[in-house]
Amino acid sequence: MRSAAAPIRSGCIDMLSSLTLRAALVSLALLGTFLALWHIATLGSGPVVKMDPQYAKLMGAAAAQGKSAMPTPADVGAKIWQHMQNPFYDRGTNDKGLGIQLAYSIARVGAGYLLAVAIAVPAGFLIGMSPLMHRALDPFIQVLKPISPLAWMPLALYTIKDSSISAIFVIFVCSLWPMLINTAFGVASVRREWLNVAKTLEMPAWRTAWRVILPAAAPTILTGMRISIGIAWLVIVAAEMLVGGTGIGYFVWNEWNNLSIANVITAILFIGLVGMALDQLMACLQRFVSYAD
Amino acid sequence: MVRALFPKSRARRAFLRAVGGATALGAIAQFFPLGLVKEVFAAAAPEKKNLKVGFIPITCATPIIMAHPMGFYAKHGLNVEVVKTAGWAVIRDKTLNKEYDAAHMLSPMPLAITLGAGANPIPYTMPAVENINGQAITLAIKHKDKRDPKTWKGFRFAVPFDYSMHNYLLRYYVAEHGLDPDTDIQIRAVPPPEMVANLRAENIDGFLGPDPFNQRAVYDGVGFIHLLSKELWDGHPCCAFAASKEFVTTMPNTYAALLKAIIDATAFAAKQENRKAIAGAIAPANYLNQPETVLEQILTGTYADGLGNVRTDPRRIDFDPFPWDSFAIWILTQMKRWGQIKGDVDYASIAKEVYLATDTAKLMQEVGLTPPLGASKTFKVMGKEFDPSKPEEYIKGFAIKRAA
Repeated sequence: MRSAAAPIRSGCIDMLSSLTLRAALVSLALLGTFLALWHIATLGSGPVVKMDPQYAKLMGAAAAQGKSAMPTPADVGAKIWQHMQNPFYDRGTNDKGLGIQLAYSIARVGAGYLLAVAIAVPAGFLIGMSPLMHRALDPFIQVLKPISPLAWMPLALYTIKDSSISAIFVIFVCSLWPMLINTAFGVASVRREWLNVAKTLEMPAWRTAWRVILPAAAPTILTGMRISIGIAWLVIVAAEMLVGGTGIGYFVWNEWNNLSIANVITAILFIGLVGMALDQLMACLQRFVSYAD
Repeated sequence: MVRALFPKSRARRAFLRAVGGATALGAIAQFFPLGLVKEVFAAAAPEKKNLKVGFIPITCATPIIMAHPMGFYAKHGLNVEVVKTAGWAVIRDKTLNKEYDAAHMLSPMPLAITLGAGANPIPYTMPAVENINGQAITLAIKHKDKRDPKTWKGFRFAVPFDYSMHNYLLRYYVAEHGLDPDTDIQIRAVPPPEMVANLRAENIDGFLGPDPFNQRAVYDGVGFIHLLSKELWDGHPCCAFAASKEFVTTMPNTYAALLKAIIDATAFAAKQENRKAIAGAIAPANYLNQPETVLEQILTGTYADGLGNVRTDPRRIDFDPFPWDSFAIWILTQMKRWGQIKGDVDYASIAKEVYLATDTAKLMQEVGLTPPLGASKTFKVMGKEFDPSKPEEYIKGFAIKRAA
């Protein structure tokens, strides 16, 4: 005979064995361990040299009191809170709030990325539908694909002669390749049967592309787009550090000038969060076009 | 005004050189209602009011930067945006492609750009020196017992840029102590903020760099100040205000107003009593983005040296806008000495083309400073005298050099 406590216990166990909940608990535990280790690492002091009080007044906390040069989790937390309270301040050309800098970066990414989509998807279709073009363009794609954005930057600045257009160009040229290759792959792998049906129905080529190939290849195309947006976001931070002016990359560089590691960590955290948001956006779109085969 | 009388710059300069500034004015005054003309000239409106001037966030650019919060640009009728830039190469590129109207540059850069060394040859001018002195050799704390340069064999040093006073002064210093800067030590170009981080990470043993990074290395307990650049050559130029010749000739009124604002700011900064206020004005994130106490120590000259002592040297950094031709000639001799330029160099004429001493002298007078009468002077670098009229002999007099 089962006791009254058994149903309650099994109900709790059912809940605890839910995968999402368990994963969340493990994540929290990892985060907690990381923060604790960080806090312990930054508690320590470096060697404290005996100093004249007048001398000590002229020195920073790291040298005078042996405070760790790396900020503690509490320092970073305070900085994050400070930035979130006032994200859109504008105290001059070189000092704008985190929100404004992120907006500039997202705008640049948007421009470069959309330009890349406009070129990559049609070109991908061309390559996917024509084995001749695939073979012909393949060497160029393979050579240009691995080139780092930072290598493109000096060339862009030299020829384009405008730093914001150069930044957008660098994003364009780096986010082009995953979309191009994935689109070509998706288009080339459309089921033969569907293409045959379209041929039987004597559909013109453009109609076949629009009504049959595009919906069939859409999940693969969107995978390519999702990879590309990640790369574009990566590139913009590097490009802005080089070119300066506005943007989250410039913000990181400006705070690096002041050796303000807490601000740099805050910026890195926000870069990660925005990157995640962009990826989730693409994931949503992907779910929208996927189908069960 | 003199330009209006003598539109051809060569003739004008020849005239001024022949008679000297004061006499010229006297001679002209006999035939010309000077007072009226000066007023008309002063009131000539700038062709372009909204300007962009690029700067690198170091204390060398103090006059360019402080003119913004302290109102010097506005006072002369200009709306200038001072834009922080990521590095010397970027500031050069942005000035060349006209995103900036004028910029803060290293003193050798306008010469290098005009000669086409390291960039396209485009005629550049340097009407004003931003600061004199203001650099230092900083070493890592672990080297505090190795202060004799003869023990520096194998050391790795950083300088901000290949065409910089820092590079030439460092090379001069180690060469005087018998080390060859190309074979006995390693010199790398590193952006100034990364110098402190590299010192901490032990990637470099020391650097000859601009403030605030010397004082910042001391402040963070990473390094100590071995030698102020003032002790190598008191009064050496460092950074400059540069504009393309095109800007100077196509927009003369704007150029005059901008230069005047900067000379005004330089004069203000030269006075010791203003230094503390300036430190406060340029410390925020929009300008230098450094702790105020670091800037105060640099500008007032009362500073911690990293070895436990508080030193006082009010002329640790100083401000004097006059671009002596002799500075240009010294820089050219050092560029030739280390093989950055080759072949025969017409030192005097390049100096005159690029360092616009006459323009600056006139504007200095207008803001109440007394400019020197000539554009040439002799000076001593580490005790050795430099005579600008004998540049080739000077180069030949060095034991260590790359030039044949």
